[in-house]
Order: sequence, then C-alpha cells, then structure tokens
Amino acid sequence: MVAPTIAARPLESAVWAALHDVHDPEIPTISVVDLGVVRSVETDAGSVRVELLPTFVGCPAIEVMRASVADRLREFADEVTVEVTFVEPWTSERITEAGRMALRAAGFAPPVRRQDGAALELSVLPSLPIADCPYCGSRNTSLENAFGPTQCRAIYHCADCRQPFEQFKEV
Amino acid sequence: MTTEARLPTRQLIQPDVPQFDRRTLKPEARDALTGLLLTMADDEFVIGFRDSEWTGIAPMLEEDVAFSSIAQDEIGHARVWYEMLAQLTGDGADRLAFHRQPSEYRHARLIDQERQGWGYTITRRWLYDTADSVRLAALAESSFEPLAEVVAKVRREERYHLMHLDKWLERLATRPGTPRGKVLSALKQLAPVALSVFTPLPGEERLVEAGIIAAPMSELADRWLATVNPRLTELRLRCVPEGRPPADGRDHAVPSDAFTALWTDFTSVARLEEGVEW
Repeated sequence: MVAPTIAARPLESAVWAALHDVHDPEIPTISVVDLGVVRSVETDAGSVRVELLPTFVGCPAIEVMRASVADRLREFADEVTVEVTFVEPWTSERITEAGRMALRAAGFAPPVRRQDGAALELSVLPSLPIADCPYCGSRNTSLENAFGPTQCRAIYHCADCRQPFEQFKEV
Repeated sequence: MTTEARLPTRQLIQPDVPQFDRRTLKPEARDALTGLLLTMADDEFVIGFRDSEWTGIAPMLEEDVAFSSIAQDEIGHARVWYEMLAQLTGDGADRLAFHRQPSEYRHARLIDQERQGWGYTITRRWLYDTADSVRLAALAESSFEPLAEVVAKVRREERYHLMHLDKWLERLATRPGTPRGKVLSALKQLAPVALSVFTPLPGEERLVEAGIIAAPMSELADRWLATVNPRLTELRLRCVPEGRPPADGRDHAVPSDAFTALWTDFTSVARLEEGVEW
C-alpha cells in the first residue's frame, strides 16, 4: 500500500481518497483502505484497476466490497476493474493506525501486533491470543471463543468492566 | 459460488494463472496437479459440510459458533481450490462441487463416515487438521505460484482450527470416564483409516520433480506420524496411527451410505432445477 499523494498522479490520489468512502459491510466504521484490503490502484486514460485482498479466503463480504468499490469508482473512468487476488496474503498487520482507532471506537479490539513471524507456522500452536478491552483499556481479559460471528472475529470478556467484546483476529 | 455468473471465476485468482499453466506446466504435471487439487478441494468440502451439521446442536453455544465459523473457512478453501481446478481444466467450479456422482469425489476415507458424537468429531477433526497442516506445509514453497499464494493464506486460518481442536482433544482426553473413553473408542475406529489423507496420488512423482509439492505422500505420512504420535503418547492415548497410506484411501467406486446421504443433502438445492443460474 503506497501513500497515494503523488501530485503527478492526481487521478490515482483521487481514487485512493474515494476508496476511503467504501466501508467494510460487516464493520461499517472502518474503510476498505484502513482495513488494508486495497492492495493496489492503477489508473490509465479512461480506466481504473484496483486489487483487493480478502481478509479470509472464504470471506463473503469481499464480493460486497468488490461491488461497492466498483460503484464508488464509476465516476472516475469508463472501465473499472476490481480484482480479488491472493498474490500476497492479507494480514492483520495491514490495518492502519486510523483503522485500529476506528475498530476501538466501534467496540472492537484491534488485532494483537505480531512479535514473531514464526508464530504463524502451523506446527507451532499459538498461545492464547490476548486483547485489550476496547471499553476500559484493561488487559485483564480472557478469550471466550477464537471463533466469532464472522470469520475474522474472536470473542473476549473483560474481567474489569465485565463487558464482552470482539477482537479482529490476528491473521 | 453463487455469484459465478456475475463475477467470472478468473477474477478470483490472479489473472496470470492461465499463462503460467500453458508455458510452464507440462501436461503430465498438470494432470497430477489437478488430481492433488481435487483431493484437497473434496477434503475441505466434505469436512466443511460435516462441521456445519453441528450448527445449532453442538454441546454448547460457543461450539455452535466455532464449528459454524470453521465450516465457513473450510467451504471457502474448497471454493478456491475448485476455482483453481476450473481454471486449469476448463471445468466449472460449481459442477465440480455439486454435479458429480458420489463415486467421483476424492475425499479421504478418514472423513467419509458420519460425524457421530462430539468425541468422535473432535478426534477425527484433530487427525484431519494435523494431516492437512503437514500437506499444506509441503505446498508452502510450491513452484506453482498460485497454489503457494493461496496456501500462505489458508495456513494463517488453519492454525486457529488446529489450536481449537488440540485444546478440545486435550480437554476430553484428560477427563477420565466418558470423555476419555469417547476419544479412545474414536481413535480405535479412526486410526486404521487416518493415513488415507496421504493416499498416493497418480503421477505424484511428477509433482515432486516439478517442485509443486515438497515430497511424495508416503513421506508426508511419515512427517505426520512423527508429529501426532508424540502428542498422542503425551495424552496417554495408546492407540496411535501406524502403517502405510492405503492405495485405495480415496476410492469411492462404491460410495458409502454415509457419504451418499451427505451428497444427497449438499447437492439437493443444486439438483432442484438443472441448469439454473443462482
């Protein structure tokens, strides 16, 4: 994800700006840009091409995002192509700082920042993930279920403010 | 798969797959690759449907949610493998998933039977997930890049399944009486068929030669045994898998009643009206 502010490419910058208007249909407070789902934007005379990375392989929301991105960009070019690609894996590290704040504001704990890439190896079972309570900031929380209402979310409970909350999973 | 008409499948995988195929894959390697992908797709599809049968009836609410989510992951993985197959062969992902006869599926015998009780489900899923993780590891550096790319993503999801299943296996195995008894009896039934996940594939030596997979299935079976047996011993579960992968571990020429029933269920909507576009 390259910062989209190069003056020499005003159309590309405008497209990136417009993509901030497209939100995750499952967590509407975060834009597809801040979620890190937008991999690339390419513009040419009369055409725009965008690549999206799904958060999970079977994520049903990606098709909604694809359609919403195409709709939003229609004003910029006659030919808008939105491709979903696995050429690199979406990881929770792709969520921007603004995205992490948006998640917290909506009552979601942002994913833990990974210390060690080796933890991703399947043979190494991750220790139970942790999350800070998005309501009171406490670390005195426990994982209730590694699987939540959508593929990308886990369920926690805060022992201090006694609030259940969800975390955007670290993947 | 419901949006295939609106969203051409070629857009779901990186666009240069066909060129890669034509230039680089020898026909024999391509045939072997389609065989491998079919086994992976069918495994994930079948176990995903079996997982989904727990929705609403799992022993606790959290497991309703967990198994539904795991099922969604697995069906998602199956979908991407079916779509990759469709690209390689010109077939259709929907046809592969829903319009084959039961005898044409290539899922491992390990996951052929009913889900049975919770102890059986957990034990079988643990055996499958540990085997799947060995298979995925052998594809992580695949020379067929579209495969390696999806595997990288899939592994990040599967580790959550493995973590969950391993905790459940431990929980059941370390509770004396009924829970431990259920695991032991499931292992006794499943140990003889567990190696079916590593059933040798036709032409797999071509896949190894071409660097598509790191090792033949027999070697992956050894790697898996070296992983699971210490863990089973640690849990004092003496009934550990042994032996060699069976030659017919994915042969369903005479489909089981259990699989025919599942097939009847998961194809029921697709068969309602032939040729209809969803």
